Amino acid sequence: MTTVDLSEFRTPGRGRGILDVFRWHYLLRLLVRKGTQTRYRNSALGWGWSYVKPAAQFGVYYVVMGIILELHRNIPLFAVYLFSGIVMVNFFNESFSNATKSITDNRALVKKIYLPRELFPIAAVIGAFIHFLPQAAILLVVCLLMGWTPSLIGLAAIVVAIVIVAVTALGLGMFFGALNVAYRDAQNFVEIIQVFSTWSVPVLYTWHMVADKAPEWLFNIYMVNPLAAAVELFHRGMWRPVAERAIATDGGELFAGPANLWLNAGIGLAIAVVFLLAGQAVFRRFERRFAQDL
Amino acid sequence: MTNVSETTESTPAVAENKPSIIVDHVRKDFLLRKSHSFKEAFIGWIRGKEVKAKKFQALDDVSFIINEGESVAIMGYNGSGKSTMLKLISGVLEPDAGKILIRGRLAGLIEVGAGFHPELSGRENVYLNAAILGMQKEEIDKRFDDIVAFSEIEAFIDQEVKHYSSGMFMRLAFSVAIHTELDILLVDEILSVGDAPFKEKCRAKIRELAGQGKTMVIVSHDQRMMKELCDRGIVIKKGKQVYDGPVADAIEVMQQK
Repeated sequence: MTTVDLSEFRTPGRGRGILDVFRWHYLLRLLVRKGTQTRYRNSALGWGWSYVKPAAQFGVYYVVMGIILELHRNIPLFAVYLFSGIVMVNFFNESFSNATKSITDNRALVKKIYLPRELFPIAAVIGAFIHFLPQAAILLVVCLLMGWTPSLIGLAAIVVAIVIVAVTALGLGMFFGALNVAYRDAQNFVEIIQVFSTWSVPVLYTWHMVADKAPEWLFNIYMVNPLAAAVELFHRGMWRPVAERAIATDGGELFAGPANLWLNAGIGLAIAVVFLLAGQAVFRRFERRFAQDL
Repeated sequence: MTNVSETTESTPAVAENKPSIIVDHVRKDFLLRKSHSFKEAFIGWIRGKEVKAKKFQALDDVSFIINEGESVAIMGYNGSGKSTMLKLISGVLEPDAGKILIRGRLAGLIEVGAGFHPELSGRENVYLNAAILGMQKEEIDKRFDDIVAFSEIEAFIDQEVKHYSSGMFMRLAFSVAIHTELDILLVDEILSVGDAPFKEKCRAKIRELAGQGKTMVIVSHDQRMMKELCDRGIVIKKGKQVYDGPVADAIEVMQQK
């Protein structure tokens, strides 16, 4: 009688969660490429749609918030302020909603072949990031025309902002993506969260307008919300340098940046990581039932 | 109900071969769910209807060990649970009780073509699907010509797959799946693909893999093929394993009803 050494064996269908990305990086790359290649196939404008939607959004917000509600009086270069916030919020909204739908959209595969299912939400977030790049490029061109020069702290702010948004979107996307398999109307929560994400961050108004109205504890909570932290970082990196320049030449007054920018960013990032860990945990729990619920 | 064995640490003795697949007291239930949304679940709860899903036992206390290099047929009528067994081995489903362990790289000829995207070209689909089956870029590069040659659609490889005939599509999909690097091959009713010459070619390829000492698990209704390819048969009836032994006897057990 010999017994078998079980150390060589593995249980099929168990991955290492999001860490599997490293082993499956080639597939991830192909999935992302598939997403970007087929995104606007058979549509008249093609990738032009990537510009039309944010442009329309920008136009509406600019007219309503800037001209009708006269925000451009208090905020120098309101257009740049607005647009840099919008691209960030769009990046979040798109990666979050794509990640949520990623499992049900790939049901043919999830039902039939085992592969680490975390790849789908991750590919969705990367796809949204690629989609964010042309918008960010427009913003950068505008800022460069206005005399934007890179600084170490500004670039760091931009990178950290993008990381916070991506991690938050992935965590929430995995959570609701897993839920969405069992309960198809989980997508409705996503739309609600998207409304919140647009209006609960200082994009269409400024942080000190919130500080004026809200009690201090509430304001502090507001500012460490990962998205608000990310938007303020992005403002710091893109808009503030050109706004300072504009003030220096044209005169006027520039309101101060939020007091605890980097502390808020740190807390925001920590919250984002908590979202990610919670999302991964829920995802793993629901994953066992994906194939039968789809 | 099954009792999960506590003795998985010391699996039964194997004389000469090492096991590739261990299936140990596996049970699989399916929940026939009545609600697929929060709304339905909530309304059901308000009306006092039974929201709890009905349970359906697809597999009940199935145990077997498949050794390296063995070719095993899993037989049973429709709904007997044999395809569920294959999905459990592939990892798509997880057992509700019991354990499944596998050793080596596993590839499934299960619903080939699941990962194909109609808007991409044949070439892009080959890379995408081979990657889905776990291959890396270098491996695919090396095998790409073989895959295309086997599928016999060289002339159309750079066309979008949506322009393919269903036969061409299946041939390419099968060809990708069969060329993956593998130690264990799962085959599910796949050989209904294509015309007679292509079917014969597929059989020959599977025989070749068996000859190379790959472990094989085949689910099929085709008795001739099972006799030809397998030496052992496991019969599953209504989720219960009723026979495990030489393939000819297994076919007889099947026919007795």
